[in-house]
Amino acid sequence: MNFETTIGLEVHVELKTNSKIFSPSPVEFGDDPNANTNVIDWGYPGVLPTTNKGVVADGIIAALALHADVEQHTHFDRKNYFYPDNPKAYQITQADKPIAHDGWVEITVDGVKKKIGIEEMHIEEDAGKNTHERNYSYVDLNRQGTPLIEIVSKPDIASPAEAYAYLEALRQRIQFTGISDVKMEEGSMRVDVNISVRPVGQEKFGTKTELKNLNSFTYVKRGLEYEEKRQQQVLMSGGSVRQETRRFDEKTGETILMRVKEGSDDYRYFPEPDLPALNISDDWIKDLQAAMPEMPGKRRERYVNDLGLTDYDAMVITQTKEMSDFFDAMIALKADPKMAANYLQGDVNAYLNDNQVDLSATKLTPANLAGMINLISDGTISTKMAKKVFKAVTKGEEPKAYVEAHGLVQLSDPAKLQPIIDDVLDQNPQSIEDFNNGKDRAVGYLVGQIMKQTHGQANPQVVNKLLMAALKH
Amino acid sequence: MANRINREQVQHVAELAKLEFTDTQLDALTPQLDDIIGLFESLSEVDTTGVEPTSSVTDQINVMRDDVADNWGQSAALLKNAPDAERGYIKVPAIIDESED
Repeated sequence: MNFETTIGLEVHVELKTNSKIFSPSPVEFGDDPNANTNVIDWGYPGVLPTTNKGVVADGIIAALALHADVEQHTHFDRKNYFYPDNPKAYQITQADKPIAHDGWVEITVDGVKKKIGIEEMHIEEDAGKNTHERNYSYVDLNRQGTPLIEIVSKPDIASPAEAYAYLEALRQRIQFTGISDVKMEEGSMRVDVNISVRPVGQEKFGTKTELKNLNSFTYVKRGLEYEEKRQQQVLMSGGSVRQETRRFDEKTGETILMRVKEGSDDYRYFPEPDLPALNISDDWIKDLQAAMPEMPGKRRERYVNDLGLTDYDAMVITQTKEMSDFFDAMIALKADPKMAANYLQGDVNAYLNDNQVDLSATKLTPANLAGMINLISDGTISTKMAKKVFKAVTKGEEPKAYVEAHGLVQLSDPAKLQPIIDDVLDQNPQSIEDFNNGKDRAVGYLVGQIMKQTHGQANPQVVNKLLMAALKH
Repeated sequence: MANRINREQVQHVAELAKLEFTDTQLDALTPQLDDIIGLFESLSEVDTTGVEPTSSVTDQINVMRDDVADNWGQSAALLKNAPDAERGYIKVPAIIDESED
């Protein structure tokens, strides 16, 4: 029996606003529990929420980044449920008229391009956080009211690999807008997954299961792969898939039954009476569109077509907006694009990995790195010397000043190099003879001697040229 | 009784509201709720042809606050008001995880 798979993803993205979505409490992480809460966040009787304009703007920006249609007449709804991380006993979200619908992102899997549709996206508030210890639970409402965007995919995703590529595309596009850090490891991106399989040709979707505890893109892919196989085996052995929630076990790579779902959820949605409806004007959308940072796809095109980078280089540079912005700033300072790309992918990425930091947390600046590359380009320093200079640049030092202070300037002046070369030749008649007998190795030895005499500061290209001229005279 | 709501539906709504009723109470409540729904049914007598559905009863639109953080410093007072608190957390009886979202 052949099967086809249908995967649905609900992605929550935490927005990087200053204040919460319905109260002016600060959105800050790592503060003392409940420090960033007020009567609104606690759901006290009689309080009135107010809509944060920045959140609505971010929702529009996300919609534009995901090619979605903005719903210009939109409002909030109440979703009712009881849980201690939610003191109001309802979540303010959007159900009836989400802020955007019908978007898409493009993915590439095994060289094949495909558009994955986005059903809708809405803005809503996050809940607080519970920790459990012995016989009690402890509630911290700092996260309560943190703005979220939820992005719901259309049933277009047909394999775990496509799910992975979709998440990567989504993460990248959102990250480039700057509205969120979109980091799964920090909880600013969270993924809920459902999957069903059906025999090829069957019109009705199969029964879907939900997966929990997928804390990285890789786990999403592995969890889906396991679940896809499990459901196929159930169907092949004549059984039927139950509607249930399963938990991914990171150690075994298996999914384990958490609970069977009976009936559909009953949240009794209704329009939020405490918040006025929103009419989003064409002008507002236009202004936000005009201020949108360039998206990764456009940047890649520019890097390949205008700057001559390879597709691979362009892909690596556009992994994050930070890196891409850094690269653009270096190019603006006239750094050679290929060299700039190589340094970012090589030395800079190695430095970030070794120190487990983001680019913004380092002392590296586009000006200093571009300055260093320009010193290589104009022959002032060799790439070998640049190793030392790079270390200084990671400490925030200005490359030109460092090079001067440490006498790292490359010796390129023929008038200064010629006497040294003559000297070395005088002392090595054997090498000259070897060269004349066709032994090319002699050249390497002589260059080595000249480098030694100049403490490694001689410009290798100039030395080579002068040496060959001297040998062939 | 007009049968606008049945006993099972009342039971379901009670469960959603985390309320428990005895059989006797359910017997009493079901016709009462039925009457209440009946009261609201008089609304359907109004002719709404050509009237757009609304999500709000006020005529306010686009009332928004600029994204400026302001900590009202109410944390300590709020925690004092909580039934129990510890190390800045609200302390509650152990929650059995039935997390909704």
